[in-house]
Amino acid sequence: MEVYLYIALFAPLVGSLFAGLFGAYPKMLFTGVVASGLLFASFVSSAILLDYVLAGHTVHVEMMTWIAAGDLYIPFGFVVDQVSVTMMMVVSVVSTVVHVYSVGYMAYDKGFNRFFSYLSAFVFSMMVLVMSDNFLGLFIGWEGVGLCSWLLIGFWYHKESATWAANEAFIMNRIADLAMLIGIFMLYWNLGSLQYDVVFANIATLPMHIITWIGIFLFIGAMGKSAQFPLHTWLADAMEGPTPVSALIHAATMVTAGVYLVVRANPIYSLIPEVGTAIASLGAFVAMFAATMALVNRDMKRIIAYSTLSQLGYMFVAAGLGAYWVALFHLMAHAFFKALLFLGAGNVMHAMHDELDPFKMGGLKKSMKATWIFMTLASVALAGIYPLAGFFSKDLILEVAFVEQHYVLYTVLLLTAGLTAFYSFRLVALIFHGNERHLEHGIHPHEAYSFMLYAMAPLAVLAVIAGMAFKTPYYLMVTNLLPAITYHIHNHTTFWIMTIGTQVFVIAAITYAYKKYAKAVKVDEKVESGLLYQLLYNQYYIPKIYDEVFSKPYLKLSRLAWKEIDLKIVDATVDGIANIIYQTGEKTHTMQDGNLSSMLRWMVIGLVVLLVLAVAFTAGYNAVNLQAM
Amino acid sequence: MFEAIAFYLFAALTIIMFTITVMTSQALYALTAMAAGMIFISAFFFILGADFLGAIQIIVYTGAVMAIYAFGMMFFDTTRDVIEKRSSPRFVVVLGALAAVLVVFIVLAPIVTTNLNANYPIDLAVGNTQAIGMVLFTKYLVPFELAAVMLLVAMVAGIVLAGKKMDKSLTLMTEEDIALMHSTFTHETTQEEAH
Amino acid sequence: MEVTLTHYLVLSTVLFAIGLIGVMRRKNLLMLFFATEILLNAVNIGMAAISHYRGDYTGQMFAFFIIAIAASEVAVGLGLLIVWYKRTGKIDLDQMTSMRG
Repeated sequence: MEVYLYIALFAPLVGSLFAGLFGAYPKMLFTGVVASGLLFASFVSSAILLDYVLAGHTVHVEMMTWIAAGDLYIPFGFVVDQVSVTMMMVVSVVSTVVHVYSVGYMAYDKGFNRFFSYLSAFVFSMMVLVMSDNFLGLFIGWEGVGLCSWLLIGFWYHKESATWAANEAFIMNRIADLAMLIGIFMLYWNLGSLQYDVVFANIATLPMHIITWIGIFLFIGAMGKSAQFPLHTWLADAMEGPTPVSALIHAATMVTAGVYLVVRANPIYSLIPEVGTAIASLGAFVAMFAATMALVNRDMKRIIAYSTLSQLGYMFVAAGLGAYWVALFHLMAHAFFKALLFLGAGNVMHAMHDELDPFKMGGLKKSMKATWIFMTLASVALAGIYPLAGFFSKDLILEVAFVEQHYVLYTVLLLTAGLTAFYSFRLVALIFHGNERHLEHGIHPHEAYSFMLYAMAPLAVLAVIAGMAFKTPYYLMVTNLLPAITYHIHNHTTFWIMTIGTQVFVIAAITYAYKKYAKAVKVDEKVESGLLYQLLYNQYYIPKIYDEVFSKPYLKLSRLAWKEIDLKIVDATVDGIANIIYQTGEKTHTMQDGNLSSMLRWMVIGLVVLLVLAVAFTAGYNAVNLQAM
Repeated sequence: MFEAIAFYLFAALTIIMFTITVMTSQALYALTAMAAGMIFISAFFFILGADFLGAIQIIVYTGAVMAIYAFGMMFFDTTRDVIEKRSSPRFVVVLGALAAVLVVFIVLAPIVTTNLNANYPIDLAVGNTQAIGMVLFTKYLVPFELAAVMLLVAMVAGIVLAGKKMDKSLTLMTEEDIALMHSTFTHETTQEEAH
Repeated sequence: MEVTLTHYLVLSTVLFAIGLIGVMRRKNLLMLFFATEILLNAVNIGMAAISHYRGDYTGQMFAFFIIAIAASEVAVGLGLLIVWYKRTGKIDLDQMTSMRG
């Protein structure tokens, strides 16, 4: 069984290194094929491990010792238990699909080989993150995905907006990582080990305020990775990267790492329910916040990005309220249909020659049937219509909120569900229905390559069946590790009112969206200049605030530090030392003027100096010794 | 008592002579004072019971070395005063005085250890010259031979440096070549005198 | 009063200092050689004095060899001086600066 663990873990790394060998060469098809093949091997191994875990076993290996210094012992250890195997399946399925898709999407890109190297490296880091058995290994994976995300967002590095977005993502993640490191340090300082089993066994022995702080710090780290407010601006800007990147990283894997952390650390968070409530509140706020921004946006990928942000909020609500298995389940389902949505958007982009404004598209269902079907399916799943996946995961979260008697959270989440349905179908309607606005811009769309569509098909299937088929076996498996709480609404009437009512609400939102946008639309200037519209369109001006409050003063400070401190003090000191030596040489070389007489004088001066030293030392030595005698 | 008088007398004389050597501007005076100083130093050797050394001092130093200097001075033009550019004479004197004071300081220090054994102890029954001979040719034989080689080398070096026409070997040339060489040589010297 | 080793050593020091002053002061190369001779003689006095007061022949042997060396040094030195004089016509130290560096 360990063999499968190592295959699942290292196959992406091998693929990455192999593709990396050809990074500087023009496109070589086999790099993409080999990388995809290795990822498929990883998927198969994960599937075998899933089978093994479903039978009730876990795999735990310690590959080698990493740090053994004094009391600190940290190995490279990997564990495949119920939680990590779920994540492994999600990651490997979506990664394989995205790799195959990218072979077609990036077919005309100059950096083809490099792309696969980075993509596989990302998958490897994510695998390390979810398979590690100690907090520090998790942190290594954490940093690795951050790095690979930077590489991938800034893939087209000649574009300044892309490099800026990459830097923004990395720096924001870094800020959060500081808090996470503090959390890890506190864990080590108080418990002496970072292994999951040791930490979770002993965490209850610590005083309450320490546990609270640990939980808070770890969550701040999760906030950065999962783009919760206020560290959320990077996610929308990260759409500068190629669309497969968005599908893999910003829908399915990296942004869910924060949720994974909270789920993994559930013994800690179970002890501090107040922090959990805070997490849930923040999650609900972010869900609503992101949904409002998606309502008016005119960038296709950004709308989907805000949708991801909103759904992450849902996951944190579940995790914060103690329903860890629900959060993980929604993570899994969301990964499938969100990735499908992104890949479909990729098809549209390619067909529209990289145009992103849905107002410039329209009526594409005639020429891109398959993509239309996929994206509609994904949107239906996202909206949470029975019997697709979203219903089983998202509506479950609504139930959790209701059962735990957080009615405010419930209301917020319910409203957000309506908004989600609205903006998702606004997007679908604008792109695929209505008049063909793109013709005025001279764009003639065509469907994507068929193998790309075949790659997307598994995701579509999963988006349909994942909820119904997987919920019960998943629940039985994962509750071996996570707290097993079922959420029943005891009053049957309330339950049915809730469920049917949610569905009606959502369907109403969808209908309204179709009515408004699935016809000949044009941009409405009056609405667009309204205050509320402007506020939402500019993301509540938060990026602007960040720029004014943080970026510009920091730039000034950096410039000051460079000019005043670095140039005037540090450089001057170093140059000064060198100058002193040089000047000493300049002055003393006049001693050698070739004149014997002056050299004889110097000799006598040296002789006198030596005599002085001899007399002084001897007198001192004798004074000390003779006194002792 | 005599010893003390002799010591102070010769000390004063030596110092005066050497000071003249160092300070005067005329080369001939310097040479003469130097020679006189050498003689007075040999007097010190006799006072100290180093008869052989005193004799050697007179013969070698005053006789040979001073004679060499005299020949050398004949070579350079000594009718002119030696024009020397004086640069900071006070500094020089101060430096010398400082060195002297420091060494005197060292010399005046009491000798702490009493564990000094003589390598070749003086036996007063044996005459100084005889004793020196015995020590020189037995204990100091190797330095003696080396000094002999060194003197040979110095002699050869002196001849090579100062001699004329050293590139031709007279023992390897035939009679006609030597005559030819002499005639050209006198021809050249007459030309030199004409200039 | 009795003349001890210290007196001789002080005398030796004074003569050595005079020699040093001469070495530093003289700009004519021949005069420089004279000053060097003074240095050597001062040391000889010191050697002989120590030999007498310590009852050891080593001092006298040293003085003997110093005399030998001084003689050969004079020979070679004057030879070099003559060659230089023939080539440049002057023996002033201030004009011999080809070793400048």
